[in-house]
Amino acid sequence: MKDALGRPQSVLVIGATSDIARSVLSKLAGAVTSRMVLAARDQDRLAQVEADLRQQGVADVRTISFDAIDIASHAGLVADAFSRGDIDVVLVAFGVLGDQLSDERDPVAAASVMQVNATAAVSVGVACAEALAGQGHGTLVALSSVAGERARRSNFIYGASKAGMDAFYQGLAASLADRGVDVVVVRPGFVHTRMTVGLKPPPLSTDADSVAEAVVAAMAGGSATVWVPKPLRLVMAVLRHLPTPVFRRLPL
Amino acid sequence: MTRRSLTGWGRTSPTRAEVVAATDSVVVVNALNGAGRRGILPRGLGRAYGDAAQNAGGTVLSVTSLGGSITIDHQGVATVSAATTIDDLIRAALPQGWFVPVTPGTRQVTIGGAVAADIHGKNHHVDGSLMSHVRRLTLITPTGTRRLMPSDPLFWATAGGMGLTGVVVSAEVVLTPVTTSRMAVDTDRTADLEETLAVMSDGDDRFRYSVCWIDCLSRGRRLGRSIVTRGDHAEVGALPAGAVRDPLAFTPRRPLPAPPWAPSGLLNVATITAFNEAWYRRAPRHERGAIQSIGQFFHPLDGIEGWNRAYGRRGFLQWQILIPFGSEPTLRRIIERLASARCPSFVGVLKRFGPGNDGHLSFPGPGWTLALDMPVGPAALGPLLDELDEAVVSAGGRIYLAKDSRLRPELIEAMYPRLPEWRQVRSAADPHGVMNSDLARRLGLLEAHGSTRSGHQGRPARAGA
Repeated sequence: MKDALGRPQSVLVIGATSDIARSVLSKLAGAVTSRMVLAARDQDRLAQVEADLRQQGVADVRTISFDAIDIASHAGLVADAFSRGDIDVVLVAFGVLGDQLSDERDPVAAASVMQVNATAAVSVGVACAEALAGQGHGTLVALSSVAGERARRSNFIYGASKAGMDAFYQGLAASLADRGVDVVVVRPGFVHTRMTVGLKPPPLSTDADSVAEAVVAAMAGGSATVWVPKPLRLVMAVLRHLPTPVFRRLPL
Repeated sequence: MTRRSLTGWGRTSPTRAEVVAATDSVVVVNALNGAGRRGILPRGLGRAYGDAAQNAGGTVLSVTSLGGSITIDHQGVATVSAATTIDDLIRAALPQGWFVPVTPGTRQVTIGGAVAADIHGKNHHVDGSLMSHVRRLTLITPTGTRRLMPSDPLFWATAGGMGLTGVVVSAEVVLTPVTTSRMAVDTDRTADLEETLAVMSDGDDRFRYSVCWIDCLSRGRRLGRSIVTRGDHAEVGALPAGAVRDPLAFTPRRPLPAPPWAPSGLLNVATITAFNEAWYRRAPRHERGAIQSIGQFFHPLDGIEGWNRAYGRRGFLQWQILIPFGSEPTLRRIIERLASARCPSFVGVLKRFGPGNDGHLSFPGPGWTLALDMPVGPAALGPLLDELDEAVVSAGGRIYLAKDSRLRPELIEAMYPRLPEWRQVRSAADPHGVMNSDLARRLGLLEAHGSTRSGHQGRPARAGA
């Protein structure tokens, strides 16, 4: 159960080896979270994350192998994660960036970005929604991106996938509002992580630690949408309404 | 039956449950038999501050409509249904010259809830807590209806058992004789913590009721400055001329409603410091034998209906601790830490407890109890209280479960060493773990910490459940 200060005792993190997820987990380990279920594809990295958290004193850490592409496995995975007691917070943190320029010429590669970031996020979301509503409490935090706000020349395949998952989780939030479950969509700007190494950061870029801080704060509930950093909300509101010819000329 | 989002009085951590109105014992029995895998829990008026009266994903049995019958015999033994409130009981008993043996800071609690928390009042140092004045309980457990007396272990598992032993449907309470409905009250304003503790330690035994309102935001020379109010039921001779004709009259004012909404940051260090200052200045330095009404003396906050809304959307919590006698240095360190941390806290309550009773999870015991209301919001609040909890445990103290909304489960067995015994008595009455609550899940009350089996899975699935 979350306490009065919104601090979770138990979490499920899907995509637990991402830089943002690791930073979130580390912050939770320093607070009151005592039970963690971690799901990810790369088992070696996952074992490392598990070891780090045990080192930080988390008594109960469990890892599950998760493959975003294997949609049929998701329901079973989520059921397994919830099988040993309530999960107070689920963090959906998996995703791929793809390679825009080569994906534009590779239909399979382009579609696989959609499969991971959008399709798999939907199937995981549906499975978690049922589990959370059944226990009558909990918060589902989905890591979206500002890239989904308006498609840009430089990353519209990734942006399209995030737009899809973002819209899904907004709708899920509405559907769960009267079932005791909060859904929070977190939209970071450019984040310096493993995923973005080598890319040129735009203004208002941020780091995994700042996003993690916002995610942990979002777990306490209150806001349905969280921008990191906060001024991005205003910036994106302006960009969204720029006339297309102007928008296209921007170096984004 | 409706699905509803429920919180405690602090309005934090809402969870959803099926709410069933318990109109009679048959409904209670059927609800217990039909409870699903998330279990069932009785709820009274929701005055516990945290998650004690919530059961996420399960059933919550609202007992406020469970009768309202009160019969009082000529020896002052009241037989009351569980939905009877302290307010109902005072209104029924006073005209006959009786008063409730224990009243908390509000009259708006049910007897069922009062039993479940084994409530205490300003007379604990003399009279003990509520369950020391209860002769009999009728409890509907998942394994049947039990009529309990103090010789029965389940009686004491129910005293302070937070509703987890079953549903109290009625109780026999031994009332206190009084000749008037007024209180004769002495007030002493103290300059600092040393004086506060000295005044209370030296003089409390001369009064049936004693409490101290302590300012936990003032620092330095004013650390722990307080207003000590003590008194007893007034005799007829002490009443003003106008009140003598009807000495037992009890006509509390209708409460004023609090505004329906307040911003979350309204009650902050600045506004609360100003309030605490004004409130301290207003009190007389020394006053003797002032005549006060029951409402003024016992239930000042009942004057404003829904005052908990003043804390805004994020809500607030109450931190109430017990520090055993002899550990006054720990108490002092805690008050110093609270004052220096600048987490806003309203005027707190400090009181000396007398001996505890046989309730396994009953809160009071010989020592000092301190209770503080604090708005949720400052990031430092969680780590601060976590740290102070450790100090409480080290001193052999504990936290009051009826107020708790944030204690970590690692500390519960140290605070309540009779928890394993309680679990045994409890599970004999509820072997399949039908009774459950958010508080129980959060603190791991129903089973030992670290056990792999979690509370809600304790029962095999049943057909149709």
